[in-house]
Formats: sequence, structure tokens, C-alpha cells
Amino acid sequence: MAKITASVFTSHVPAIGAALDLGKTQEAYWQPLFAGYDYGKQWMKDNKPDVIFLVYNDHATAFSLDIIPTFAIGTAAQFQPADEGWGPRPVPVVKGHPDLASHIAQSVIQQDFDLTIVNKMDVDHGLTVPLSLMCGQPPADKFEWPCPVIPFAVNVVQYPVPSGQRCFNLGKAIRKAIETYDEDIKVHIWGTGGMSHQLQGARAGLINKEFDSAFLDKLIKDPQGAADISHIDYVREAGSEGIELVMWLIARGAMNDVAGGKAPTLKQRFYHVPASNTAVGHVILEN
Amino acid sequence: MALDKPYLDVPGTIIFDAEQSRKGYWINQFCMSLMKAENRERFKANERAYLDEWAMTEEQKQAVMARDLNWCMRTGGNIYFLAKIGATDGKSFQQMAGSMTGMTEEEYRNMMIKGGRSVEGNRFVGENGDAQAQNQPQGSAGKKAH
Repeated sequence: MAKITASVFTSHVPAIGAALDLGKTQEAYWQPLFAGYDYGKQWMKDNKPDVIFLVYNDHATAFSLDIIPTFAIGTAAQFQPADEGWGPRPVPVVKGHPDLASHIAQSVIQQDFDLTIVNKMDVDHGLTVPLSLMCGQPPADKFEWPCPVIPFAVNVVQYPVPSGQRCFNLGKAIRKAIETYDEDIKVHIWGTGGMSHQLQGARAGLINKEFDSAFLDKLIKDPQGAADISHIDYVREAGSEGIELVMWLIARGAMNDVAGGKAPTLKQRFYHVPASNTAVGHVILEN
Repeated sequence: MALDKPYLDVPGTIIFDAEQSRKGYWINQFCMSLMKAENRERFKANERAYLDEWAMTEEQKQAVMARDLNWCMRTGGNIYFLAKIGATDGKSFQQMAGSMTGMTEEEYRNMMIKGGRSVEGNRFVGENGDAQAQNQPQGSAGKKAH
């Protein structure tokens, strides 16, 4: 049977992608940030999954205002890196896992989460920046990501976004779905976005280290406590875009301890301010 | 019964809810069109003519041509959509966010390097933090313009 072996959490700032793509990772501004991912990159090589289930949000790229799905699962065989207005990032095509994705869609919908099934979708920096941070830039002679990826897009653009509690419960359902898949494969579940940031208005640039630090503590040791945080607390304390943190709760809800197993092992905890407008957080938990 | 909107008392912040989304449908869809290189070229060649192809209000068109992102947002624009205008202009997200504060690019960048804007005094309308209406504009770029 398939197993979720680990969860990875990371912010997904577009400027990080630009810094990688333009070769700026050793500049003084960026060096401390990328150093925080050195451990994760080695860990990915030592703990290569068969599939990554990657929770992220689309930033008005694949989904305009024509259709706004709250939860969308990518069931296609592949997904192209999107042109978000600066031209597409020079990263590999994202290969999907249609069989496992369809299995998860069927199981999770039967557990009362009404997913939107997407067979055609470009993926933006929300998905490709976490892959770049954790996998590095693939070499030219083997230009591909290390494994298939199932994109799972959450609406955090138009309010109201799903609550932290709903995301946490969805994670539990995804865990059940994955663990009933017949093939013996190792699956990572990643939660991305956040941490505190605000990209708009006179309050742009808001960072709240105390909130972020308390969130990381709860995420690791008291995930139900993190799931209890309300929308308005995210907006007020972590900035209007800090609400992206609800996506981390999907990944956290899929870990063994939430279903009565033992507590996960903390392999990495990292925090850095700033990356452009944003506080960057990164955690690795193993089951 | 009116919907509960507890976020209306957060200073310097417009939450993109269903009402804003409805108001901003066309300005945001115009922004989406800039994800195609040929549309970016046509927009840059004649902004007014390109904007006139969309069912936007005159105010929305003026706000776009002025590159006033706060104004765009008041008319229903959302930052992730408006970012396509910035991308067309070759601006980074930091330049765009900073432009909404009245600070120069350097002032905003320095604020972020020093740890960002504090939440103290900026949680509720009526406090006295730097994002409050009575303390605008921030920085020297905004002060020069007034």
C-alpha cells in the first residue's frame, strides 16, 4: 500500500524563483535564504519520494475570475510552467501521476470534499518555486523533476478561502485516500505559501515574527491548535496574504499522528525575513 | 441578513471578497489578458485603445493608466491580477507592493530588510501605526507628490 512518509512546508515567493533563474542565489541578500534549504535539498536526495502531492495556490494564472474552485486536483499527465507575465520560468515540465490523482479524487469526494478535477492546467510559481527550493535546478542533460507531482490548488485569492479547520480535515481525508492506494509507493505531501506577508495597500510589507513563530510551534506540536486559527486572525496578525498558511494545514492533517499514530520527527525548521515582501518559513516532518 | 465582514476594520487593507470581485470582474480579466506576450505588446503600443476593448469603467481605465494600484484595488482590482500590469512594465512584486505605501523603492526595500512593517498599531482602524489613514502618505515619494 502507498504510504505518506513525510510532509514538507515552505513559502513560495515569486522573487525566489527569479533569484534562482537569474543566478542570484549567492548574492548577500539571498544567500541566507537559500542556505536554509541546503539541508532540505540533501534530504530530498536521501529520501526521494515516488510522488509528491503538492498543495499550493494558483495566483490568477490557471484560474481567472471565470472559474474559482476552492479545491482543485490536477489529474493530467503533465502540467506546463505558466507565463505569469514575465515569461515562463525555465524549469522542467511537471509530470503528473494521473492514476494516483484519480484515486485520490474519487476517495476524497466520497469523504464529502467536493474537489474540482482538472485535466488541463498550467502551474505557476506557487508550485514550481517549492520544487526548485527542494530539488535545485535539474541538470541540462537530465532536465526533469525527481518524481511525478500531483498539483492540488486551493483558492486563497478570493475571500472567503477555506477555513484552517476544513483544510486540516481535508488533509485527514487525503491521508485515507493515499493509504488505500494499492501500489507500494512513498508519497510526500507538501504545504506551501505564507508566512506573514501583505502585498497591498498602506499596510503592505507587514511581517509578524511572533505570529509566525507561534504558528510553527503549533504546526509541529499542536496542529489542531493551528487549525483553530480564524480567518480574521490571519488577516489581522499575518497580513492579507498570510492567510495562505491554511494550505500548510492540509499537509499537516495528512500526517500519522493526526490519525492516532506517533508524533512526527522534526527534521528541519527554518525562518528568514525577508524574501521580497514575505517572511519565509520551512519545516520538514517525517512520519 | 447582512454578511459578517470582520475584516473591514483592518487598516490599509482591502479584502478581495465576492463584492469586490464582482465590481472588479473586467479590470481583472483585462489583467489576465496580459499573460500573453502578444497582448502585452499591443497594450504597450497603445494603452488607451487596448483598454477600450474591455467593458471596464472609465475610472478603472484611468486607474490603470495612472499605475495607481491602490486606486485599481478600490475599483475591484486584486493584487494577483494587477501584478500582470507590473510584469508587463518589468516591475517586481516588491516594487508593486512598495508603490502602494508612498515610500520610495529604496525606503520600502530597507523596511523589509529591517524585518518588515510592524503589526503594532496596525491591527485595527483607530490605532496609530504607520499604515493608518492619518499617517499617509508614508515615505518621501508620497510626500513629494502631495
